[in-house]
Amino acid sequence: MSMLFKPVILWTDALIYLLVMVVLAFVWYVRRNEHMLAPWRRVGHSASGMAALTVLVFFIAIGLLDTVHFRPAVENSGNSEKVYSVEVLSLLDVIAEPLRTRVEKTYSAPFAAHLYARETIELPDGGQIREFPRLQFGGAHLQNPAAQLAADVTWRAAAGAGLGVLVWCVLVVLLSALLARRDNERFLPTLSAIRRGATEIPWNAVLVTLVLILSLLGAALALSTHYHIFGTDKVGQDVFYQSLKSIRTGLVIGTLTTLMMLPFALLLGIMAGYFRGWVDDVIQYIYTTLSSIPGVLLIAAAVLMMQVYMETHPELFDTIAARADLRLLFLCIILGVTSWTGLCRLLRGETLKLREMEYIQAAHAFGVSHWRIISRHILPNVMHIVLIATVMDFSGLVLAEAVLSYVGVGVDPSMISFGTMINAARLEMAREPMVWWALLSAFSFMFTLVLSANLFADAVQDAFDPRVRTWPLKAGKLQRTGRGEDPETKPVAAAVKDSSSP
Amino acid sequence: MSPLLQIDNLETILHTGATPVRAVDGITLQILQGETFALLGESGCGKSMTALSIMRLLPEAGEIVAGSIKIGGEDLLLLPEAAMRNVRGKRISMIFQEPMLSLNPVMTVAEQIGEVLQRHFNLRGAAQQQRVLELLNQVGIPDAERRMTEYPFQFSGGMKQRVMIAMALAGEPELLIADEPTTALDVTIQAQVLELMRGLQKRSNMAILLITHDLGVVAEMAQRVAVMYAGEIVETATREDFFRSPAHPYSRKLFAALPGRAKRRQGLGLEMISGNVPPLSQEFVGCRFADRCDHAWDLCRTTAPGWSMVVTGHQVRCHLFNPDCSFGSKRWDLPESVRPELVEGLGFTVRVVRQAHHERANEQSGFNQDAGSMIHSSSNSVKAAEIAPQGISAAQSAAFNSELLRVTDLKVYFPIHKGLMKRVIGYVKAVDGVSLTIARGKTLALVGESGCGKTTVGKSILQLITPTAGSVRYDGLELVGLERKQLREKRAEFQIIFQDPYSSLNPRMRIIDIIEEGMNALNVRGKAGRAEHQPSLPAGKEVDALLQRVGLPPETKWRYPHEFSGGQRQRIAIARALAVNPRLLICDEPTSALDVSVQAQILNLLKELQASLGLAYLFITHNISVVEYFADEVAVMYLGRIVEWGSVDEVLGNPKHPYTQALLSAVPVIELNPKREVIRLHGDLPSPANPPAGCHFHPRCPHAMPVCHETYPGTSSFSSTHTARCYLYPQQQNSSTLQPEGAETIA
Repeated sequence: MSMLFKPVILWTDALIYLLVMVVLAFVWYVRRNEHMLAPWRRVGHSASGMAALTVLVFFIAIGLLDTVHFRPAVENSGNSEKVYSVEVLSLLDVIAEPLRTRVEKTYSAPFAAHLYARETIELPDGGQIREFPRLQFGGAHLQNPAAQLAADVTWRAAAGAGLGVLVWCVLVVLLSALLARRDNERFLPTLSAIRRGATEIPWNAVLVTLVLILSLLGAALALSTHYHIFGTDKVGQDVFYQSLKSIRTGLVIGTLTTLMMLPFALLLGIMAGYFRGWVDDVIQYIYTTLSSIPGVLLIAAAVLMMQVYMETHPELFDTIAARADLRLLFLCIILGVTSWTGLCRLLRGETLKLREMEYIQAAHAFGVSHWRIISRHILPNVMHIVLIATVMDFSGLVLAEAVLSYVGVGVDPSMISFGTMINAARLEMAREPMVWWALLSAFSFMFTLVLSANLFADAVQDAFDPRVRTWPLKAGKLQRTGRGEDPETKPVAAAVKDSSSP
Repeated sequence: MSPLLQIDNLETILHTGATPVRAVDGITLQILQGETFALLGESGCGKSMTALSIMRLLPEAGEIVAGSIKIGGEDLLLLPEAAMRNVRGKRISMIFQEPMLSLNPVMTVAEQIGEVLQRHFNLRGAAQQQRVLELLNQVGIPDAERRMTEYPFQFSGGMKQRVMIAMALAGEPELLIADEPTTALDVTIQAQVLELMRGLQKRSNMAILLITHDLGVVAEMAQRVAVMYAGEIVETATREDFFRSPAHPYSRKLFAALPGRAKRRQGLGLEMISGNVPPLSQEFVGCRFADRCDHAWDLCRTTAPGWSMVVTGHQVRCHLFNPDCSFGSKRWDLPESVRPELVEGLGFTVRVVRQAHHERANEQSGFNQDAGSMIHSSSNSVKAAEIAPQGISAAQSAAFNSELLRVTDLKVYFPIHKGLMKRVIGYVKAVDGVSLTIARGKTLALVGESGCGKTTVGKSILQLITPTAGSVRYDGLELVGLERKQLREKRAEFQIIFQDPYSSLNPRMRIIDIIEEGMNALNVRGKAGRAEHQPSLPAGKEVDALLQRVGLPPETKWRYPHEFSGGQRQRIAIARALAVNPRLLICDEPTSALDVSVQAQILNLLKELQASLGLAYLFITHNISVVEYFADEVAVMYLGRIVEWGSVDEVLGNPKHPYTQALLSAVPVIELNPKREVIRLHGDLPSPANPPAGCHFHPRCPHAMPVCHETYPGTSSFSSTHTARCYLYPQQQNSSTLQPEGAETIA
């Protein structure tokens, strides 16, 4: 027996699966511990945070779909043995099959029915004219594009958006029913509570975001079957498809690089600040030296060395995708190794401050071991810095990838990323008429991704910093007491008052 | 005579969170020309917000919603902001609590004062410099001509506060608002600054609005007093009336919560005000103090009390004093019922100081008597400890009188590095040869100004700071030079409680984790709370027992520290230390960050724990009244060395060392007829990096002799327990250590 496809697990795939498993294990662990769940509940109470999370979920879903790789079987009539294609596809490629395969000749504008460049066309009578030829796929179903295009686009967009809203309505009903069952309420009051924003989790914010995303998505899907909604690039590939494929590259660079960087930054930064003395001196020398070497040079040297090695050992990679993937992983490692110094310096400073705190002195007085002091007292108190730095770096890293691709030491040219898209678009910005859509679509996808990550990180930070949350939450509590929820929030002062006389 | 400042029904709201906080809720007061008006209250009562409202310098979230503030008949709340700038610094000036934070570090002192002069008098150039010099001379900055071009970091704390005062005076204001002007300063410096303010007021006839929480400062400075509680004024009186017979239950509690020796001798716990100041974000229905008041009855909870007259000029917001009230029978007969307890309690400090200066010889026998009664009471407490349910075993009580900790010639030097290669160019001698002993179950108070090395002594006893030399013997075991692992086995025996309860608890750990940390690290599970002879508590119950022991409900263990008030946090810190069954607790200023009423709660708790668990305390403090109430023995520290040592009665009643005498005389005293003589110390504590040759105290000492400049004095003994190091007294042969031979005998 043989299968229709052969699963392929690339290096970054494996790491992403590992990351997903760690996250799932963490979620499971947090759910079992009430005191760890409490701050995440507070994340759930933030409207902007939950709206951002909704957007992120879509990005992550696309990224994960693009992570499941396989090689399809090739029809091979003469041989009983299955032969698999050298092309590695992902689930996203299968879903977006039409987008991937319908390649035009060259540039075409969004929603265009004609190419963006004149071509010489031979007339049946032997004469030649130069005109904009019709696209092979985009708007091919229209008889007279000039007259029909606008109406057709509007109708299809409206239909798609309508379908999206319909799906949304189903989701709203499902959610209300679910909540009503959980709280033993009737359906309509629950629905109106969601609308007023009176629920514990701001479902109204989530649903507003969701209706926007679903209608946009519906319209995009409906249109993309007959048009190139973001146009096509130089070789006629659909830009919408490229943008979708870039999401995974961005997520990989943003998350895996941080994973590579964190151990260095955390361990060395905290050790330098905590132990002082010669440990501090050595670590400081290392990061001062490292950060005084121009980062791009170091990365370029490392990437070029690896490139040479890869080219001299082609037998190591059975597909182009495997090669591109290893190069991506190596880029993450190199970026991680060169970018930990900033966070390390921040953590060293914060640890220097923390080690003089009296609770650390008290822990010393109890003879608590260095390792426990670092893990129980210092690490949780610097986590907010790590979180902020990680998210700030996320956008920075996505941009760094673009810059490195421009220099030619970024991801493999065969790999689609925001960086390669921007780099390609950069060349066309100068031409007349200008090709603007590739840049715009890369920009808007990147912007949405980074903004929602930032907003979500903001909400997480507010929820996890006990010093920040005292004020707004106290106020919130007083306001909500009328509804009699959350018995836990009763101020301690009242509970303690009677027993304060020893 | 029309008042200089007239505030009517002022209401200030802070918009923080969803419910506005009524920081100032309808206060009315008048301040006359040339008068000192004290606004007294605990933290969170709205004192500072009142001051900021007058200056119209409220934070962004603050808003004045009602009332009027008139200075000389002009309503400040109606002035445009531009006109207000002519008022600030010119008609009203302000000095703040923290002199380190209120001067710009990158401008010279002369430039900062010159700014005010230029703004309000358009003085420039030489004339401005001349006036700056005058002002600095006026506030008593020595060598002003040279120092005016220096930067704030080159001035000490007391000198910075003087510069702040000079800056405030530059505009020749009619009203000076002093917001806790001496809270951040040491007592000897506080005495200097208060005297300076009194002198300046006399000369320029300006009014002072003094904001403070310290009854002693009020007694020294004020002519009239207003007590503020939860955003409103609850009592106004002249100083004489207020200190003779405080009327409002809150004021009376404040007095009763003050520690002192009289209360200790009576064997009384301190009066406590249970609970905390209520949050000001709520609507108040009845009296704001009702929940914490012993005398509250139904009316107090339903109707807010209006003003009642006690005597002319003495008003109080309390139903007890309302003649129309149907509960008139409850009314106190004030002069009789209040006076005896208060006057006895408060007057005592006065007596001590006076005796110290004038009647030293005559009163000697009286003090011996005092000491006798103290011994009596302490042996009582030993008995009480023995019969206490979770008491001390017979073996322990047999060993009760022996010493627990002996520190000999302890030295802690911090190297000063300089240059590229970090060459050591000198040492900060934070602790320079300290010897002391603590007996089991006793309290030794270590007293001194900030920077004298008290805290370093405490930390180096615990080996948190490695001593440079000397020995620390705990129960016969030498701790200096022990390996980390060996030391860890003894860690459970001695613990520390820190000054600031806000930084001594990890904000990201729950109370249960905080308390269990030490138990886990030292493996003392099952023995918490001295329950060695009881069946060990099931796991998880120790924390409950500990929390109950320090007066917190066990449910609180699931919470995080930020949900607790300062006093409650300090209780948690005590519970954490108790969790490992220590026998010695080092208390590093455990109450100095707390309000008086909360301080009383903590002191009572510590005292009760000492009685029931037989703990020994090393009590590091600068608060003399706490020492009087709490300590058995006192060691006075100056610049890294102990200058005087003895039992609490000997040292505080009959101080021998000139520094001790000056320190005690500088403590503000609650007394109606200020006739006592303050021994003024000149200058500040010298730097421990470069201590003066000979006796460290000689540059500031009023009795300095030529010999004092040459070598450090040896020990002089006055009794078996009382020693000092000063050339004024005959020197002993064996003067290498300051070790009272019979430290145990008073135990």
